[in-house]
Amino acid sequence: MTPTRRLAIRLGISATPLLPTLCALSGTLLLFVLFLALQGRPAGEACSLIFEGAFGSSFAWQNTLQRAAPLLLTALCVALPARVGLIVIGGEGALAMGGLAAAVLPSWLPPWSPWLMLPAMAAAAMIAGGVWIALCGALRQWRGVNETISSLLLSYLAIAIFKHLVEGPLRDPASLNKPSTLPLPDAYLINPLPGMEVHWGLVWGGLACLAAWVFLRHSVSGFAMAIVGGNVRTARLVGLPVNRLLLLACAMGGAAAGLAGMFEVAAVHGSANSALLAGYGFSGILVAFAARQNPLAIIVCAIVIGGVEASGSLLQRRLDLPDATTLVLQGLLFCNLLAWEAISGRLAALKLRWQETTPNTALPASEASHV
Amino acid sequence: MSESEFITLLLALFAGAIRVGTPFLFVSLGECITEKGGRVNLGLEGILVCGAMTGYAVSYFSGSAWLGVLAAGCSGLLLGTLHGLVCSLPRVNDIAFGIALMLLGTGLAFFLGKPFIQPQAAMLPSINLGGWSSNLQLQHALQINALFLLGVVLALLLQWGMAGTRWGLALRLVGDHAETARALGYRVNTIRIAATACGGFLAAVGGAYLSLYYPGSWNEGLSSGQGLMAVALVIFARWQPLRCLGAALLFGAAGALGPALQAVGITSGYYLFNAAPYALTLLIMILTCRPDRTLGNAPGELSLTR
Repeated sequence: MTPTRRLAIRLGISATPLLPTLCALSGTLLLFVLFLALQGRPAGEACSLIFEGAFGSSFAWQNTLQRAAPLLLTALCVALPARVGLIVIGGEGALAMGGLAAAVLPSWLPPWSPWLMLPAMAAAAMIAGGVWIALCGALRQWRGVNETISSLLLSYLAIAIFKHLVEGPLRDPASLNKPSTLPLPDAYLINPLPGMEVHWGLVWGGLACLAAWVFLRHSVSGFAMAIVGGNVRTARLVGLPVNRLLLLACAMGGAAAGLAGMFEVAAVHGSANSALLAGYGFSGILVAFAARQNPLAIIVCAIVIGGVEASGSLLQRRLDLPDATTLVLQGLLFCNLLAWEAISGRLAALKLRWQETTPNTALPASEASHV
Repeated sequence: MSESEFITLLLALFAGAIRVGTPFLFVSLGECITEKGGRVNLGLEGILVCGAMTGYAVSYFSGSAWLGVLAAGCSGLLLGTLHGLVCSLPRVNDIAFGIALMLLGTGLAFFLGKPFIQPQAAMLPSINLGGWSSNLQLQHALQINALFLLGVVLALLLQWGMAGTRWGLALRLVGDHAETARALGYRVNTIRIAATACGGFLAAVGGAYLSLYYPGSWNEGLSSGQGLMAVALVIFARWQPLRCLGAALLFGAAGALGPALQAVGITSGYYLFNAAPYALTLLIMILTCRPDRTLGNAPGELSLTR
């Protein structure tokens, strides 16, 4: 066997886990261009504008990162429960609950220093969000209610409660046009990162993803969660506390989404109002699926999806495309990502065959997890 | 609350059960067919929104609301077929793809429906069954849309068809035990794709009702999750078309609670009363589901109840 052939095979083996994603990306672009071209819209220009609006300038980057910050956390709300085999899509509700808890806490507590108050607000938001999603897990375990549906219903309920409280009992009488809770005192607002307009939520979101990755990869509980997600019966056979692990995964995911709400309130809006419900919880689902539920990959995917959403206004201004254009793009991306997953089974078989033909090709250590 | 107010409230709930319940009826019948074949389509929400837009647009251009309903159905048929085809591929999760389809369907509808937010399209007619009464409120409550009557007929037909025809038995067999169906020579995937496509058709008709009768206009906030609640509704109805009819009316009444209370002057807690259908859905699921056994009548191949 020639060295070039061996190299080609080795490259092929290491590229296989990426192949479905690459296929999905090209498929999405192709369909998107086709969709616009069929209507006689300037498709090529739209694609380059999306890139320009997302990553073309420092302003675009800041806009993108500003949107990516909550997505990092709401994607964890999907990815962590996914580890135990649950599809939870109620991140928007946890975000609303967390944001509300963070916004009203300072008005109930004595005027503490910001160093004490901000962690307290974060804790309140995480508890509110965590309890909300843990409820889905509990309903699933003890009543057998499908978690996908219950999480979405709970999210609708959370939004209704949020609107009721913000426009009713918790409303600041001074907020006339836009019903809001009492504005946070300036001392409790979170500053932007030095030299940027992006707030600290981006850093904390990234850290949360990193922590989630370490937890899932290297802790005993994280490993136990993977077993529960792989096969519940096996997990019960080896005596794992399945119920507790399941609730823990849900609560951690919900806490992450709640934290996203706290950052949106304390760094962007300054109080809880309906602007908080901008759909970050729903976009987080796409981010998590695009990242194949891997917390590290979430960081990349959140920036990409944040960029796509950020480019919407540019498309609207320059090409007069509807603001739903980015929604179509996201929908196509989501469908493609799932559909191309179908070839991963074939690829795994192909990889095994290649490995047999080159017996001295050592499998890179990171590879084993992707199979 | 005085007696007349109470009667007003009851009449508003009765009228609302039919008016708000009709889309639930169509979407749940669609989901019922899909789930009987052993798949779940959470994307019915996206199909419903897409159907609402298509129906409105075609009705606006052609001037015929019924043509709009038909076109809406065809758009649902297309999206349903997409779901059916993609979920026939190996390793594709039907629940996850449903979520993706929800996003795609709403995205397409919002994109293509932008020009139709302002103009007024032809509406579906209603049938006046209350002519015998002199009570204006009762007359108003008995103005029933033709689509609702069609839905009732359809529910009866499906109830009979599932139990008494070769087609219905094949569908149920595929949903209950795919291996047996395969052994008998049925093409499992083909039947499931057909079932999902039919389900999409009905869901889109439900959407067309929203834009062409009640509330009767196209805008981006038209659907309030009817497509998703239908999934829970079918579980509540234990996969029986006739029970879907009852469940849809119940959900319709719950959905009409907020406006009905507003009509008699109770306005506080507006958002909470409007969330009544969600609370009802959740409550019903908590009461009917059991963790240790599958529900009676549940199709055996369904991933939703396992």
